[in-house]
Amino acid sequence: MIVGQTLRDQRAELNVFRSRLTVAGFLALAAFGVLVARFVWLQVVQREHYHTLAEANRISVVPVVPNRGLILDRNGEVLAANYSAYTLEITPSKVGNVERAIDELAQVIEVSARDRRRFKRLQEESKNFESLPIRTRLTEEEVARFAVNRYRFPGFEIKARLFRSYPHGDIASHAVGYIGRINEADVRRIEALGATTNYKGTDHIGKLGIEGAYEKELHGTTGSERVEIDAGGRAIRALSRSEPQSGNNLYVTLDVKLQRVAEDAFQDYRGALVALDPKTGDVLALVSKPGFDPNLFVDGIDPTNWDALNNSPDKPLNNRALRGQYPPGSTIKPFMALAALAYGKRTPEQTIYDPGHWMLPGVARPFRDWKPGGHGSVNLHKSIVVSCDTYYYGLANDLGVDAIHRFMTQFGFGARTGVDIDGELPGLQPSTDWKWQRFKQKWYAGDTISVGIGQGYWLATPLQLAAAVATLANGGTPVHPRLVRAVQDARTQAVRELPTRNGEPLALKPEHVELVRAAMIDVTRPGGTAVRVAQGAPYLVAGKTGTAQVVGMKAGEKYDEKRVRERHRDHALFIAYAPADDPKIALAVLVENGGHGGSTAAPIAREVFDYYLLNKRPERKQALGSDEAESD
Amino acid sequence: MISRLFDLVSRRIDGPLMVALVLTLSLGLTVVYSASGGASFDRVLGQARNIAIAAAALWIIANIPPQALMRLAVPIYAAGLVLLVGVALFGEVRNGARRWLNLGFTTVQPSEIMKIAVPLVLAWYFHRHQEGIELKDYAVAAVLLALPVGLVVRQPDLGTALLIFASGFFVIFLAGLSWKVLATLFVGGLTSLPFLWGMLHDYQRKRVLTLLDPSEDPLGAGYHIIQATIAIGSGGMLGKGWLNGTQAQLDFVPERSTDFILAVFGEEFGLAGNLVLILLYVLIVGRGLMIAANASTTFGRLVAGAITLTFFTYAFVNMGMVSGILPVVGVPLPMVSYGGTALLSMLAGFGILMSISTHKQLVSS
Repeated sequence: MIVGQTLRDQRAELNVFRSRLTVAGFLALAAFGVLVARFVWLQVVQREHYHTLAEANRISVVPVVPNRGLILDRNGEVLAANYSAYTLEITPSKVGNVERAIDELAQVIEVSARDRRRFKRLQEESKNFESLPIRTRLTEEEVARFAVNRYRFPGFEIKARLFRSYPHGDIASHAVGYIGRINEADVRRIEALGATTNYKGTDHIGKLGIEGAYEKELHGTTGSERVEIDAGGRAIRALSRSEPQSGNNLYVTLDVKLQRVAEDAFQDYRGALVALDPKTGDVLALVSKPGFDPNLFVDGIDPTNWDALNNSPDKPLNNRALRGQYPPGSTIKPFMALAALAYGKRTPEQTIYDPGHWMLPGVARPFRDWKPGGHGSVNLHKSIVVSCDTYYYGLANDLGVDAIHRFMTQFGFGARTGVDIDGELPGLQPSTDWKWQRFKQKWYAGDTISVGIGQGYWLATPLQLAAAVATLANGGTPVHPRLVRAVQDARTQAVRELPTRNGEPLALKPEHVELVRAAMIDVTRPGGTAVRVAQGAPYLVAGKTGTAQVVGMKAGEKYDEKRVRERHRDHALFIAYAPADDPKIALAVLVENGGHGGSTAAPIAREVFDYYLLNKRPERKQALGSDEAESD
Repeated sequence: MISRLFDLVSRRIDGPLMVALVLTLSLGLTVVYSASGGASFDRVLGQARNIAIAAAALWIIANIPPQALMRLAVPIYAAGLVLLVGVALFGEVRNGARRWLNLGFTTVQPSEIMKIAVPLVLAWYFHRHQEGIELKDYAVAAVLLALPVGLVVRQPDLGTALLIFASGFFVIFLAGLSWKVLATLFVGGLTSLPFLWGMLHDYQRKRVLTLLDPSEDPLGAGYHIIQATIAIGSGGMLGKGWLNGTQAQLDFVPERSTDFILAVFGEEFGLAGNLVLILLYVLIVGRGLMIAANASTTFGRLVAGAITLTFFTYAFVNMGMVSGILPVVGVPLPMVSYGGTALLSMLAGFGILMSISTHKQLVSS
């Protein structure tokens, strides 16, 4: 029975075991069922949702930055180009101690003090998560050396980037301008244009000059690339790509060789020169001296260079050609003479007697001629040739300031010429209205007298003077200067010529214009104030000298060039066109503190004419202004 | 000659179980290849070597009669316990956990031995007391179970502790611990949860919390679960195709060839693949339970049942955690995940099953 007992026990135990096993089996089956339900939920019901998430994970759209358009001069010489180079960039937010990391980097590749200063400045100007260059233009060897040590520098990245370069350095820097890193003001500008998308991935923008004004043409259209990225954010392969559209190339009106001749002609003088094609208004040369090297700005200028440029008393960053507002002085006499003829206030034959001063009725103080003792008997022709002040004192008084204003604005004085780069200032053509609005004062007759010789309230920019003389040269069609002549479409390579923007011809009598021209030609002949400019030249030059006072002098005080310090010396001016019988180039020259127009400004014009008309480079023997003063 | 050799090799092998195992292991190799980037065979060859070693262990153990295994139960358990104490005292710390013991010639993870030793020793104990199992016997069993589990929890290795506990619990459950006691224990366990919570390490608590809301910590602990779920979900019905899972191939799935290999599999083979895998697991578990039901001794029944159910636990916990319904506890997907240690203990377990399955006639006679 014991055996039976055991057997029963065993059977009972087996039954318990098997029932337990069955329970466990069903539980396991149920658990697998739960898993199946879970998988159905994830893979069937929620599949779209997770598919979207997976795609978002792996696909990233990255902008492809377009190549910036080139800037070429009228002969196809490159003024602004691109080249590809490596930069080493830091994202400060990904680096703990940036200073220390840079110290460590300096042990691997060279990091100059200038690099550090520039980086610091960029860091102050940017947000922490932006990638900022610590080194630019790395050599292949430097790239390799960094790559080996890469693991030590999280948050550092080597990038291949296109750089802007200005192969001619400071030549034409004020006209070409430069690009710089996009700052907050630029961001707002881009937003206002609705171009934010087009600037994704771009970190430079045109700031000044043609680079700034033609940003829209030069920038191009940003492309995009859908790339597959891994969990680390590294691009694995491109899925699709919409190509960027390169920026358009610009053909500018400048002739960079002429520009160089003009800049060199200034030697160490400060000043400005604008040379125009009198038929089209094309700017052949636009000089503002001193210039600056635009290449300094491309990677973000370092503080030392910036301070040097910004704080220099020579103000190299100031574009004097567009923004320098100077009293035009005697250079406006040809225009005054034309006004006298046009308004019938003088005939060509009419003469006055110049005793060396002019008295305004009711005013005791005399208005002095530049020449003590005067020029004697003076008619219209002679008044220009010898630059007789007395003639124009009386003329201005007879014309009245509002007639002068009316006549001169036709030639572009007192208003922006509308040149196609930014920053131009309007100068000032005074009138009774203007004085009332500006000072709430009435116009005095005495105010008109100094306006008559281009002094007093009258201010003009060198660009305005050049446009005015070009208008005179072409016989009276107002000229609106332009710097960009044509745009070359990056895709089709088709060159689209931009229209010239000349105004409607002025109602001038050709014989009046001819009278003035003849007088201006004699200015450059023996007996004129700018003899040297045309000495030995195989072409005719029509010109007019001028002097702009820097320091106001009391009436009767005599100007003594030797006694005044260099910076208080008068500015020398010269306007001219050549050949006078078939004008191909018209220009205005201003030499700051140059003294007399005939001695410092006119020789610069001569070098420009010689190069432009004869392709002759100057052989400079003596410094400007070293010969005897030829006077006003 | 060839048939004799075949007979020698296959005599102690359970056919249906072996077929299911081979299918699952081959599936595992193809996924390991994909999970290692699909460009090199290094991992596949490594895993093949692991399989070869584990299969050899399976064959050897299958040829040891159950009685001999029973005699080995106590020594193995004792050795395992000594080694676990050794780990606690002299163990190597890797990744913040003290799990490894350097024996001079090799390093071992003694907790793995316990996955086999615990069911063996408990089954041995109940076998010895099969004439009348009293409550005190369950208490003894509980102590035998609690010792290794406690030591492994302290390492800390929650996943392995859970599996050891499961293996022991299944023996006790199958031995017939009354439902009343089970229910009491269950309620007691629930009420002691806050106390257990206090015993957990920070990272373990975080895992539980992250499971409850993965978005809480999307870049940290939640990242694993979120990316794995995206991988599986985006696989859809039929999957993206072998080697074509973007989540897997682009590194979004962490630990993709080990604990999270199911995410790779689910993404590339879709719901269809998952169902096939579950079916294979169901077959293995089913066959295991059949062997247990037909075993001729108490020891054999209990060991076979416990090992089978432990295997089920492996599969369920891993699939549950990768699909986001269980906390991440570091349990590999059985016979698919890359790795040798777990595979060795698992196939050793199946060796025991086969021994029980093929030796019963000798015992019953």
